[in-house]
Amino acid sequence: MKVKMLSRNPDNYVRETKLDIQRVPRNYDPTLHPFEVPREYVRALNATKLERVFAKPFLASLDGHRDGVNCLAKHPKSLTTVGDDKTVKQWKMDGPGCGEEEEPLQTILGKTVSTGIDHHWKDPIFATCGQQVDIWDEQRTSPVCSMNWGFDSVCSVKFNPIETFILGSCASDRNIVLYDMRQATPLKKVILDMRTNTICWNPMEAFHFTAANEDYNLYTFDMRALDTPVQVHMDHVSAVLDVDYSPTGKEFVSASFDKSIRIFPVERSRSREVYHTKRMQHVICVKWTSDSKYIMCGSDEMNIRLWKANASEKLGVLTSREKAANDYNQKLKEKFQYHPHVKRIARHRHLPKSIYSQIQEQRIMKESRRRKEMNRRKHSKPGSVPVVSERKKHVVAVVK
Amino acid sequence: MEPKSDTRRFFKSLHAFGERKQAATVDMARNVAGLLALSQQEELMDLPNHSPLSTSEDEGDSDGERKSQKLLEAVSSLGGKSRWKLAERSEATLGVSEFNVTSDGSGEKLVLSDLLESSTALSSLAAVRKQLLRVKSKTLAIPLDKKEADQILREAAFSKTAQVLSKWDPVVLKNRQAEQLFFPMEKELPAVAPVEHAFTGWKTRTPLEQEVFNLLHKNKQPVTDPLLTPVEKASLKAMSLEEVKIHRAELQKTRALQSYYEARARREKKIKSKKYHKFMKKGKAKKAFKEFEQLCKDDPSAALQELGKMEEARVLERMSLKHQGSGKWAKSKAIMARYDLETRQAMQEQLAKKRELTQKLQVVSESEEEEEKCTEEGIISASDGMNDLQMNAAGVNPWMLRSCNSSAGRGELKTDPEQLPQQVAGGFSVGEEDERPVAEELVLKERSFQERVEPNSAKPMGGQEAEVSSDCQEEVSESRVLLQKLHKENDQSEQQNVSSVGTVLQIQREELAQEESLVPQRLERTHVLEEQGELGKEGRCQKKGHPRPMLKGEWKKRNPHSVLDVSRREKKDQMIDLQKLLTTRSPVKSLAVPTVVELKDEVETDHKQIIKEAFAGDDVIREFLKEKRETVEANKPKDLDLTLPGWGEWVGMGLKPSAKKRRRFLIKAPESSPRKDKNLPNVILNEKHNILAAAHQVHAIPHPFTHHQQFERTIQNPIGYTWNTQRAFQKLTVPKVGTKLGHIIKPLKAENVGYRSSSRSDLSVLQSSRKRLSKKQQKQLKASSAD
Repeated sequence: MKVKMLSRNPDNYVRETKLDIQRVPRNYDPTLHPFEVPREYVRALNATKLERVFAKPFLASLDGHRDGVNCLAKHPKSLTTVGDDKTVKQWKMDGPGCGEEEEPLQTILGKTVSTGIDHHWKDPIFATCGQQVDIWDEQRTSPVCSMNWGFDSVCSVKFNPIETFILGSCASDRNIVLYDMRQATPLKKVILDMRTNTICWNPMEAFHFTAANEDYNLYTFDMRALDTPVQVHMDHVSAVLDVDYSPTGKEFVSASFDKSIRIFPVERSRSREVYHTKRMQHVICVKWTSDSKYIMCGSDEMNIRLWKANASEKLGVLTSREKAANDYNQKLKEKFQYHPHVKRIARHRHLPKSIYSQIQEQRIMKESRRRKEMNRRKHSKPGSVPVVSERKKHVVAVVK
Repeated sequence: MEPKSDTRRFFKSLHAFGERKQAATVDMARNVAGLLALSQQEELMDLPNHSPLSTSEDEGDSDGERKSQKLLEAVSSLGGKSRWKLAERSEATLGVSEFNVTSDGSGEKLVLSDLLESSTALSSLAAVRKQLLRVKSKTLAIPLDKKEADQILREAAFSKTAQVLSKWDPVVLKNRQAEQLFFPMEKELPAVAPVEHAFTGWKTRTPLEQEVFNLLHKNKQPVTDPLLTPVEKASLKAMSLEEVKIHRAELQKTRALQSYYEARARREKKIKSKKYHKFMKKGKAKKAFKEFEQLCKDDPSAALQELGKMEEARVLERMSLKHQGSGKWAKSKAIMARYDLETRQAMQEQLAKKRELTQKLQVVSESEEEEEKCTEEGIISASDGMNDLQMNAAGVNPWMLRSCNSSAGRGELKTDPEQLPQQVAGGFSVGEEDERPVAEELVLKERSFQERVEPNSAKPMGGQEAEVSSDCQEEVSESRVLLQKLHKENDQSEQQNVSSVGTVLQIQREELAQEESLVPQRLERTHVLEEQGELGKEGRCQKKGHPRPMLKGEWKKRNPHSVLDVSRREKKDQMIDLQKLLTTRSPVKSLAVPTVVELKDEVETDHKQIIKEAFAGDDVIREFLKEKRETVEANKPKDLDLTLPGWGEWVGMGLKPSAKKRRRFLIKAPESSPRKDKNLPNVILNEKHNILAAAHQVHAIPHPFTHHQQFERTIQNPIGYTWNTQRAFQKLTVPKVGTKLGHIIKPLKAENVGYRSSSRSDLSVLQSSRKRLSKKQQKQLKASSAD
């Protein structure tokens, strides 16, 4: 007689080593796991709520300065400064020894006052700006080349991180000028409505840069087509003073006179995050750290503040399960981002009263301006009041 | 002494002028450096040497000799060779100039031509003259304004830079579209030595190895990537001789065939005979017709496609004004038509053609096939009128049908055979003015298809027929079944029959009156009468309580006489009237209404009526009712059957769980509360709509999506571990941008994305470009940068 027995392959249920997790067979039949959309929706909603619960971006405040912090730099290999005394000074990277007087390595007496300085990304070159843009070799005491276009003073100059021979500068006569260092000539000039305070190049896209403007907006330009900005970023309620790109090139942070800093995705016109504290005054400079995890800002009230770039991100080592859950939550939030409740919770931010009221006020102003223009268009000859897109509105002219 | 200093000053100023000019040009040269060739630059540098030439005239100096000397020097300096020669040519005269060129006293200005005049006399000065002439012709254009020159430079530089930047476009695009990006991007390439390096240290030891190596080297076997020897590659690429021959022969043949065909076409094109072309056209039409028939037999789906084409042709014809009497030919004929019979006929033919071309195609539905079955079973008597009407409607435009009917009146049977051949003739005879044989062929095909599909169908084929809803057709078939039954039953008395038919008549009249359908009233009545007559002859009768299990809906309420009613309605080309569909109107009530209705005379078709007919196909109300019925059905709670076959019983093919078990495990749906729209015939109320849920739902399609289905699909695909395997879950949830804590992300480099980075650093380029400028220019540059 043949006896039939149930037999199982032990490979299917025995783990190879003790350290492996137990095998749990699972049936993925969709009829056994119904309501996938509602269940995922609930998970997404919870993830969004938890994100807001854990959003604690402020890490530290570094005090010690006795006046406003006007300038920040990250990971410098050499330190060069300019001052109102028409000098350019090079400094030692390590501080003075015990009992030693701190002295600059070299002091160059220039002919004009320099207002800004930037170092080349690879070569020992730096550029200063003032009445003209000067390119200096670190080894020499006179500028290698100097470029000039127009008469107004240039307030900031920045090297392109990818195509390193390109420079961008912004002058106080409301224009942004691009220079080519190799050909020793300016390239093009774009005139905006109001003055641009500084620009920043995208470190992953060679031809994109963002300009922080006095008219509360930031403009992202493609330097090959300056007549229309790629994107107008608006959310600030006062002049934008500084801007810096995340090293991933996907986002940038801007510092504003309205005592807040905002983080914008590059392709979006509205900010995804706003940071502020009660004591932080006008933010003058801001930097995104090179590992893209932190943001530093220097402000009027003598402090440097350190923030997390992702407000709710957990810092430190994550277990794989934590990481998986984190990724899943991110994806869920992304998937359900258009659902009204998720959207509302994700967007909610507490703002200081001054900023809040100014936002309301500006909304009213904008609406009334829009209405007025609409009325004007309605009551004038068709075509005489053309519709100008928001992007084109702020560019006055492009000078070749 | 005074004049001396004066001249010196003058020359100094000249020199300064030249230098300033030089400065300008140098400035320019510096800017151009990257763009202009070196030779050009040198030319620019030479330019200032010539400049004093044109400015040396205006000098009111008394010391003529010195002046002339200087002038001579200046002039002679133009030609390098003769300069020194001239300088040597001084004689020991007492300050008298041999050329006598002083403009002193004469009060005139010294002009270059004056100087040249004397040189014509001396043959030794020919060379100088020549040079002077050459210089004259070579006068350079005024250099560009600095502003403009700068602008040109800037534009050139910008276009160059833009070109350099455009190489980043694909990289940027790739990064933006990437599913995931991990930073820092630089990867340390694992150090794997290439195969060649591994081979270098190798030495053959054994004789076998040597043999192998010898073989490999003899065949030039490549060691690395391309594993084929050059000979092998070539042989792979080449074709065999036979293949080449075959290929060539094929080519020759096709070329020859093409030339034959072209020659023939040319010959045929030259033929001027109209008759010939007419015959050709006919032949073509016939051929197409036959082909289509064949296609219908062989491949119905292809035939359907053909039909689709025909439909398209019909639509085109309807849109165009062809065959409509607006053409040149038609207009000319229209004048003559009054007097000439032939032209009149030609005109009519044309109109007939238009009719045919615009006639709508019939779509065969399943119910018709059912009917076919019924008829094939041997029921020939399914009312003559039906058949007639069907035949009538089969080939004729419904619009024309109306008018024909109304004019023909009772002689309906007669009109049919007349009409049909006429159409057929119209269809087959190719008009002289026919410009579109294609359309005609299509029409022919269409007709044949119709005939093929229902050779003996007993169903009207009105224009609206295609859109009639399915349950209506069911009713029709049911009516046929009943008629069959009537045939079989012979046991009832005539008297009853007559009375029942009488009531039918009453109902009909009443309905007709209500519907105000003016056109075929009388026609219909005659039909019914005919039917009655037939019924009477055959002695059929009708029971009052005849069982009709198949009828449903509102028709259930009606008494059995509605059968005839239905058939009559059927004859009316499925004209749908709003009132007959409304449930509120009960048949009982209609019975109660007095039956006195005046017979009306023949009435011409009203405009209103025509419009009604035109839109009869869009059966909105019936569709709405159907929809409502369906929603009500769908929203009813359903019984839940929890029977599991195989428990306690045998199970298998053809075996069902026992009735007892089924009863035991059937959970009956609870009685739901009555629907809110139960008493509202024109309303469907959605009872499922949940206001609380609406707050959680997306109201508008969000930006990147263009269609709501896209969005729904993204939402409906679950990404969680509950629904996906571990691997799939990991893949689905991978973050778009990954970074590592504390790892510096450097800006993009050309090497990282596979581009060749420029070998020279910016500094070296800058310095080399500066080296190209001379020392003097650098000095000027410094001066210019200083101020």
